[in-house]
Amino acid sequence: MSADTDQRATPGWIGLWPALMLVVFFLVPFGIMLAVSVSQRDPAGAFIPGFELTHYARFLTAFFAKVMGVSVGVSLAAAAICVVLAFPFTVFLSSMSHRIQTLALVVLLSVLSLSEVIVGFSLSTLLSKTAGISNLFYWLGLIDAPVAYTPSLFALITGLCYIGFPFAVLVLYPPVSRLDPEIIEAARVMGASGPRAFFGVVVPNLRSAIVGAFILVFVFTLGSYLLPQLLGRSEDWTLSVHITDQAIYQSNLPFAAAMSIFLMLVALALVGLASLAGRQRGAA
Amino acid sequence: MTNLRIESLSKTFGTFTALDEVSLEIPTGKFVCLLGPSGCGKTTLLRVIAGLETPSGGHIFVNGEEQTKVPTHKRGMGMVFQSLALFPHLDVAGNISYPLAIRGADRAERERRAEELLELVRLPGMGARRIDQLSGGQRQRVAIARGLAIDPKVFLLDEPLSALDAGLREHMQIELRQIQQSLGVTTIVVTHDQKEALTMADLVIVMKDGVIQQAGAPMEIYRNPANPFVAGFIGTTNLLQCEIRDGAIEVLGARLPVAEGDRIGVAQGRAQLSVRPEHVAIGPPGGEIEAEIIFLRDLGESRHLLLQVGGQEINAQLSPEMHGAYRPGERVSLSFRPGERVVVA
Repeated sequence: MSADTDQRATPGWIGLWPALMLVVFFLVPFGIMLAVSVSQRDPAGAFIPGFELTHYARFLTAFFAKVMGVSVGVSLAAAAICVVLAFPFTVFLSSMSHRIQTLALVVLLSVLSLSEVIVGFSLSTLLSKTAGISNLFYWLGLIDAPVAYTPSLFALITGLCYIGFPFAVLVLYPPVSRLDPEIIEAARVMGASGPRAFFGVVVPNLRSAIVGAFILVFVFTLGSYLLPQLLGRSEDWTLSVHITDQAIYQSNLPFAAAMSIFLMLVALALVGLASLAGRQRGAA
Repeated sequence: MTNLRIESLSKTFGTFTALDEVSLEIPTGKFVCLLGPSGCGKTTLLRVIAGLETPSGGHIFVNGEEQTKVPTHKRGMGMVFQSLALFPHLDVAGNISYPLAIRGADRAERERRAEELLELVRLPGMGARRIDQLSGGQRQRVAIARGLAIDPKVFLLDEPLSALDAGLREHMQIELRQIQQSLGVTTIVVTHDQKEALTMADLVIVMKDGVIQQAGAPMEIYRNPANPFVAGFIGTTNLLQCEIRDGAIEVLGARLPVAEGDRIGVAQGRAQLSVRPEHVAIGPPGGEIEAEIIFLRDLGESRHLLLQVGGQEINAQLSPEMHGAYRPGERVSLSFRPGERVVVA
C-alpha cells in the first residue's frame, strides 16, 4: 500500500510550494493591511501601531457610502455591458473558420497588452472637444458644434469596457466553442425560432461561463484606479481612486487600509452571490 | 397516400455536389433507410428535409404542401441527431417536453405527455433524471422520445445508433422498428450500416455520390441489385467479370446457361456477375470451375471458405449439408446455384 502512495504522479509535498507562496505573498500582506487599518494615523507619513476603529467609523458616512455605490455600480455596469457584447460576439466568432478565429483572438490578446494608461489617454483624446470624434460628427452635420464627451461616466465605462471585453471573450471562448452545434439545430427542428433557441438553449447551457466572465470583469474593473481619474468626473471616482488618494496624497495609510478591506468584503460578497446564482440555476 | 415527395432536389457546397437531382416519394407510415457510404449525400438529404440546409434546387412536399421555403422551426418534424443533442440543462422530462413547451403546452399536459413517451421507450418514471445520469442506451431512448413528442409529420434520424456497441445497437434497431410500427409515423433513418437498413426498413434507398442508386424493399434490393455498387454494398457478394453470349454466362472460363430465376440485366456483352457466398456450392474436383481453398473460417453457426480461381478470390458460405472436412490448399470444384445468379452492367 505504501508503495502505491509513493507511485502517485504528483507527490503531496509539491503542494507545499504554492501554499508557502500564498502565505508569504498573500496572507502576510493581508495581515499587515488588517493591522494597519486599526492603527493610529501619523500625519507625518506612516502610522503608529495601536488598536482603534476610527477609520472604519469614518468610512461609514454618507460620502463614502456613495463612493462605494459608485464603485460597485460602475463595475457592475461595465461587467454587464462586456458580457452582453462579448457573448454574442463569441458565439458568432466560434462559427467562423479557424483562421478568422485565431486572428480575432490574437487581436484581442494584443489589446490586453496595452496598458491602462495608453487606453485612458487614447480614449480621452478620442472623446475630447479639440481632437475627438465630435469633430467628425460636426463635419458630418450631425451636431452644431464639437463637444467634449470626457470626462464623464460614459467615457469611464467605455474605457473599462475596452479593457474588460477581451477578458470576457477569453473566458467565454472555450466553453462556447465546445458547445455542440447540433443542440441549436435540435431546438430549431423542435420548433424554436432563432432568438428562442439562443435564449432558451445556448444561454442556459453556458450560464456558468457567462457568470464567470461577469465576475472576472467585475473584479478586474473594481480595482481600476487610473481610468476613473483619466476619464471620469470627480463624482465618478471609485473607491480605488480614493484609496490611492488617501494612501499616497493624504498620507493616511490606516484609512486607506480600512477602505481596502471594505472593498474586498463587498467584492467577495457579490462574487459569492453571483456564483451561487449561477450554480442554483444550473442544477435546477 | 404520399407523405413526403421530393422533386429533383439538388444541393451543392461550393464545387462539391452533395445531392444531384434527387427525386423520391415516401408513402405515409413507411420506415425508410437512406443507405450509403460516407459522403454519399444521405445526411445532406435528411438535413434538407428538416430545413437545416437550403437546397440549391428542387422541391419538397409534405402531405401535398410545399415545404421548400418553410423555415425549420415551422415544419413540424421530429429529429434525432447523431450526437443526440440532448439539452444538458434540462432533465429527462424537460428534454422530452421541450417541443411542447415551445408550442405553449401547460405544465400538466407536458408532464402527462413526457411520462407517456417515457413508457413508450421503456423508461417509465425516469423523467426527473439528469441527462448525465443516463447510460448511452437510455440517452438514445430519450432522444427518440423527444423526437416523437409532437407527433411529427416525418420522424428523421441521423445515424441514431452509431454510438452504441454492437449488441445494444441490434436491440435498439428492433425496438425502434416496433415503436415506429405502433405509432405508424413516417420515419427516415440515415445509416451506413446495411444490416441496420435490412433489419428496420420497409423501403431502402441506396445512395452514392449524391444520386439514388436504387430504391426498393430490402429483400428486393438484396435479391435484385440494380448495379454492381448496390450488389456490393448490400450484404456480401462476389463480383466477377463475365460476358453474356447467346443465353449463357461466360465466367472464369466456364459457360453457364441462364437458368430460371437468374436475374440478367444485360442482353449481350461484357457485364459483372454477382453471386452471394451462400449461393456458391463446393464439390469434389473435376467440375467446370476448379478452385483452391486459401482460407477457412469456422464461425460455429456457419463456415466460410476463401477460394482462388485464376487470381480471382471468391467467398463461399457452406450450407450445413456441405460441412465436410476441408483443408487449406485442397482443390475443389465450385458452382453458382442456378436461379440465384445476378448479372449487372
